[in-house]
Amino acid sequence: MLRIAVCVKAVPDPKEATRIKIDPVTRTLLRRDVPLVTNHLDRNAVEAAVQLKEELDAHVAVISMGPPPAETIVRECLALGADEGILLCDQAFGGADAFATAYSLAKGIEKMGGFDLVLCGMASSDSGTEWVGPKIGALLGIPVVTAVREIVERDGRSWKVKASLENGYRLVRVRLPALLTVTRELNTPRALSFSGIVSARKKEITEWGINDLGVQEEAVGLRGSPTITANLTIMNGKDSKRAVEMITGTREEAAERLVEKLAAAGML
Amino acid sequence: MIDLMFTEEQEMFRKAAREFAETSVAPHVAKMEETGRMSDELIRALGEAEMMALTIPEEYDGLGLGYTARLIALEEIGRVSAATALTLQVFALGVAPITMFGDEEQKKKYLPGLAKGERLATVGVTEATGGSDPKSIRTSYRKVGGDYVLTGRKCFITNSHIADTITILARGEENPDLFTCFIVESGVEGFKPAHEEHKMGMRGCNTGWLVLEDCRIPGENLLGEEGRGLRIAMSAIGEVGRAGMVGCALGLHTACLEASVKFAKERILYGEPISNLQMIQNKLAEMKIDLEAGRLLGYRATSMQDKGMRASNELAAAKYFTTEAAQKAAKMAVDIHGAYGCMEEYPVSRYLRDSFLVGASAGTSDIMKVIVARWALE
Ligand SMILES: Cc1cc2nc3c(=O)[nH]c(=O)nc-3n(C[C@H](O)[C@H](O)[C@H](O)COP(=O)(O)OP(=O)(O)OC[C@H]3O[C@@H](n4cnc5c(N)ncnc54)[C@H](O)[C@@H]3O)c2cc1C
Repeated sequence: MLRIAVCVKAVPDPKEATRIKIDPVTRTLLRRDVPLVTNHLDRNAVEAAVQLKEELDAHVAVISMGPPPAETIVRECLALGADEGILLCDQAFGGADAFATAYSLAKGIEKMGGFDLVLCGMASSDSGTEWVGPKIGALLGIPVVTAVREIVERDGRSWKVKASLENGYRLVRVRLPALLTVTRELNTPRALSFSGIVSARKKEITEWGINDLGVQEEAVGLRGSPTITANLTIMNGKDSKRAVEMITGTREEAAERLVEKLAAAGML
Repeated sequence: MIDLMFTEEQEMFRKAAREFAETSVAPHVAKMEETGRMSDELIRALGEAEMMALTIPEEYDGLGLGYTARLIALEEIGRVSAATALTLQVFALGVAPITMFGDEEQKKKYLPGLAKGERLATVGVTEATGGSDPKSIRTSYRKVGGDYVLTGRKCFITNSHIADTITILARGEENPDLFTCFIVESGVEGFKPAHEEHKMGMRGCNTGWLVLEDCRIPGENLLGEEGRGLRIAMSAIGEVGRAGMVGCALGLHTACLEASVKFAKERILYGEPISNLQMIQNKLAEMKIDLEAGRLLGYRATSMQDKGMRASNELAAAKYFTTEAAQKAAKMAVDIHGAYGCMEEYPVSRYLRDSFLVGASAGTSDIMKVIVARWALE
């Protein structure tokens, strides 16, 4: 049986982005007033796992680190077809940066027992470091392929995947156990269904705190985070003035001037 | 202590329904407005999303989720397209006589197909001679051998041209006091959908006439007992049809409020958004208060139903309140939009047209008051 672990993150609903505030002291996101949703690319990761389960003999566990309301998104993943859920939930996990998050998730995955495949979304919509997945792989000591957009071939434990590059792709052969981070091109996540929600009634969500993982308080959360945010400014639509400049001349000249200006502004 | 919170699971139902409405229903709205028809693709999508299975028991391939889950789904679909919600609500209305009064054979024969959306249902009660007064219908039946032969004409029937499993109320040819319900399948000889209505709103939801001319149906299609037809039809309409209209009205009302809030925040007058004007806030507050109150009435009634209780009185009150409130909200939404609200480019003009059709369906506001008054005087 293929054992798959999918890492999922509860992120503030991007549709409600204007309601997200930043704590002036810790400079972390204040998520309290914003509804949490499953990070979009994580839905692709869950979909990939569920599709594998439909084809092979597989067991899909989702794991998330987050505050108690994040249980909802774990339950949602169960409704989408995952078999069991793990929520790493402890005051001590709060304020974690990418490193502390990866560390805690890696510990959680280790505690879950053996696994053959770990799937993550390539990035989260709130932090966007693209770093948590690869770091989990490094901590678990397994090969990592980032930005996977297609699973091309599965030959036993040797898989061939297509991984996106800025202007093309790499074909990578990887041996399981491995960690893949996935892009949205990989699949179209299925819709949440009423019968799926009903079937999730019987599935279990286990909650683990730092004692269950056997980790030190200093190693997780804000205390375990080497990243310090030096400064953060919220771009406020009202304060930012738009400068309008008409570029005249022939189309070619205008295009050239535009390119020059964009380059001068450091935007190219 | 009374618990007025949705469960985590119900919140998830809402999320699933909203996702479905926004991704699978919304893209069809413009075409429905233009043509007055609903595409087969959308009907198929409703079936695939299990929207027809909600109220059908599990043993007949349904989800058996009951009436609160259904109200949640209708509210979310109605928020995007009241016409789609009305179509869907009448599918469940058409299922109700069979789940409530059908025998085992009938349930086995019809319900699994209805749950999957392979069969589509409706109920034909109203006639030119009797809407509010169903005892004045003229469609008659007579017994011929083991069969029944039906003759008459039904009007204003939702899903008239798309439904294939139809509960028809008729009265005895010999004894006109004997009201009886029958299941009529659309393919049967002597049955045909006739005139298709061109409605001011709810465009895309099919409404029309059904004509029965010496339409012979087998004896096993008798629903319940002879003489119990009024009770069967009225229970289905009272418990399921009215609850469905509450869902359409709440969804429509939510859409009116959301569009109004968005417009009021964006429209700048006197150098600031009109949402800062007290007159506008007054309208928004009224819309919000009515919506909150309507939801309490509606969900209380469905939670009673889910506990196995009857709620036809509570649903009459809820239907009256929510459909009237939706009409008021739609007018206020158009008013807040100024001239823009009168233009078809803005959805509020559709909301206003749709809001007038939640009134008569499943019983007019006057009739709801008649029922509520009887309840008060009990
Ligand atoms: C969009 C839509 C969908 C419908 N779908 C269906 C369907 O699927 N199946 C079906 O069988 N029918 C359906 N109907 C018909 C609906 O049930 C009737 O329109 C409704 O019962 C009212 O009947 P009527 O239109 O004949 O009005 P009437 O009964 O003629 O009423 C005329 C007026 O008199 C008032 N009135 C009547 N009786 C009283 C009273 N006792 N006291 C005070 N005032 C009274 C009414 O409120 C109304 O204002 C639908 C109607 C609409 C608009």
